[in-house]
Amino acid sequence: MSGKYKTPLLDELEKGPWPSFVTEIKKAAQSSSMPQMADDELGQLEKSYSTRLGYWKHGGIVGVLGYGGGVIGRYSSLPDEFPGIAHFHTVRLNQPSGFFYTAEALRMVCDIWDKYGSGLTNLHGSTGDLVLLGTTTENLEPLFAEYSSRGWDLGGSGSAMRTPSCCVGMARCEWANIDAMDICNTMTQHFQDELHRPAFPYKFKIKVSGCACDCVAAIARADLSIIGTWKDNIQIDQAEVKKYADAGMDIQAEIVDMCPTSCMSYDNGEIKINDAQCARCMHCISKMTKALKPGKEKGATILVGSKAPIVVGSLLSWVIVPFIECKPPYDELKDLTEKIIEWWDDNAKPRERIGELIEAKGMRPFLEAIGVPPQPQQVKEPRKDPFFFWAESDFKK
Amino acid sequence: MSLPERKTDIGPPHYEQFLPPVIKNNYGKWKYHEVLSPGTMVHVAESGDEIYTVRVGSPRLLSTSSIREICDLAEKYCDGYLRFTTRNNIEFLVSDKSKVDPLVAELKEKKYSVGGIGPRVSNIIHTQGWVHCHSACTDASGIVKAIMDELYEYFTEKTLPNKVRIAVACCVNMCGAVHCSDIAVVAVHRKVPVVDDENVAKMCEIPTTVASCPTSAIRPNPKTKSITINEEKCMYCGNCFTVCPPIQIHNPEEDGVAIVVGGKIGSLRTSPKFSKLAIPFFYNDPPRWPKVVDAIKNILNVYAANARKHERVGEWVERVGWEEFFKLTGIEFTFQHIDDFTFMRDTLRTSAAFKF
Repeated sequence: MSGKYKTPLLDELEKGPWPSFVTEIKKAAQSSSMPQMADDELGQLEKSYSTRLGYWKHGGIVGVLGYGGGVIGRYSSLPDEFPGIAHFHTVRLNQPSGFFYTAEALRMVCDIWDKYGSGLTNLHGSTGDLVLLGTTTENLEPLFAEYSSRGWDLGGSGSAMRTPSCCVGMARCEWANIDAMDICNTMTQHFQDELHRPAFPYKFKIKVSGCACDCVAAIARADLSIIGTWKDNIQIDQAEVKKYADAGMDIQAEIVDMCPTSCMSYDNGEIKINDAQCARCMHCISKMTKALKPGKEKGATILVGSKAPIVVGSLLSWVIVPFIECKPPYDELKDLTEKIIEWWDDNAKPRERIGELIEAKGMRPFLEAIGVPPQPQQVKEPRKDPFFFWAESDFKK
Repeated sequence: MSLPERKTDIGPPHYEQFLPPVIKNNYGKWKYHEVLSPGTMVHVAESGDEIYTVRVGSPRLLSTSSIREICDLAEKYCDGYLRFTTRNNIEFLVSDKSKVDPLVAELKEKKYSVGGIGPRVSNIIHTQGWVHCHSACTDASGIVKAIMDELYEYFTEKTLPNKVRIAVACCVNMCGAVHCSDIAVVAVHRKVPVVDDENVAKMCEIPTTVASCPTSAIRPNPKTKSITINEEKCMYCGNCFTVCPPIQIHNPEEDGVAIVVGGKIGSLRTSPKFSKLAIPFFYNDPPRWPKVVDAIKNILNVYAANARKHERVGEWVERVGWEEFFKLTGIEFTFQHIDDFTFMRDTLRTSAAFKF
């Protein structure tokens, strides 16, 4: 750390037990071949802390040849004062599914980044990418050649398929009803063109969670949410139920009484479940993982539409297909996803997410376009008003 | 110095090459897991094989130097295998049980934050802030650091009725998961943007800019070849600024942050929920935003004291009622709390039954 700037405000954030991002910015200047980047990043940030204003311009259009995304142009609005960050572009590297790495692989990522960038990263960005923060326009092609020749590709940005992301799934979780990592990787590979060459009305995010616990927040943060579930009965190991009781768990209060559908009972040391009434919420299973397991007829629920509030409010994803089998090569899932994207691409205005488009056009045209029939699982309750449309096809027969 | 030959459209490296052998051998065949301590857990496979996980917090913004240090530890204790969680924690994947305690000891000695598993505060999901974003009206990393320093023992040690997921977003674009978090901070504008007519005329596409406004507050102004904003309709979302930078929304004197509570992602017990407004505004107060930190600690403490076991913040509030939430937390209820936008119909009370 060169100490180019005095940073009394930021230095306050090096105190305290939680790891400090300020320390990280200072450390980045140690190993990067361009220490002036992290230095000036720190200097500009100190200025922001004193003026309460950011100093980044809107992203410019920069990238690597043949791609329309993966790099987000970033320029300081004070290039004379902080020349080291006159260019400070973000590079999104597509993370491996489940965020698994080896030390060897991560070191390679770091070595290249120290050579061509600021030495600062985000592990990981909000969508899931391994984010490299801060490089110059002329370094983009060389660093892309270095990374791609070693098996690493860029992630998505702009109006394109964004980098799909998933939970840890079957790699380390007993609740995974679907192979979230394999689905994520397969979908990422299947949509490479859509990911690298923005041609959509706006962003389109895919997230895959193995169960309704939804550790990757698919239901809130993905245009297409794939969430594992099952259709048959919860598997019960009564001997393990007894062990939980012996260990002091109040099964009546903590499990049975908290079941949202009241489909369980606990009598004579045994749990009974009326599976026809179970909504598969994962409460009981997650609290008694040794005793209760999801059923054996596994698949996924497909939900569509979630997004953050810009512009007319947040949306959570809506159930579209209550159950779909998810086995390699996932042809049914790919086909459905393509139909969903095609309808959106054909109908949306610029910067309109699919959830907003469904709100604008209605659920019926969407479901008809993708060939999914209306089902009660798609709604919390039927409509309340008497103003409903009839299509010509409804009068036949 | 020649560069290697570039490749395109290859996608990410396949995850399989990064999986420890014990995971490859037991993929999809895990039987159960146990939380052993706030920062360690074991997953046991049907075969009886075990994988131990040691979790540590990270600031998400990591230098290559720190990543290399983490890699050194992974090589020393877990054959180089590690992963990251969706909440930006680092997880060391230890196949040899005898190496768990020495790893934890070395981590603690080196001041890593070991914890975050179970009914606790995990790492905070957050956005770029002033560190790297043009749209930011606060600094996410600074607020996160200040909150986590204060709630540190809820990461490393103390338990809560259930997990508490905190998020920070540096503008209403909400690149973080603020809209569905137990407690979250979102930066907000409060003033109508200032229009730089000359540059709007030069730099912006007027129809796109007009269309970007969700409340139809923007009209073309043929005289200036720019736009005008109807101040009564503007709700300061900043979408116009995103498509047309000379519509300047940033106002360092009047920008700040709001606190929202009660959201969740999982479908456990109750449906996923959006976060709702708890406190409409705090001024930006760098470097440590003390009032924001205090307010979050207050909400967390009231939740911890009043919620039933396994209730998330939103579930507890729904059981006791929002009128009770404001009473218990001592938070003032204001006009800003009453929705006058898209969720108005869903949120006004339509029952004669409520608490005083």
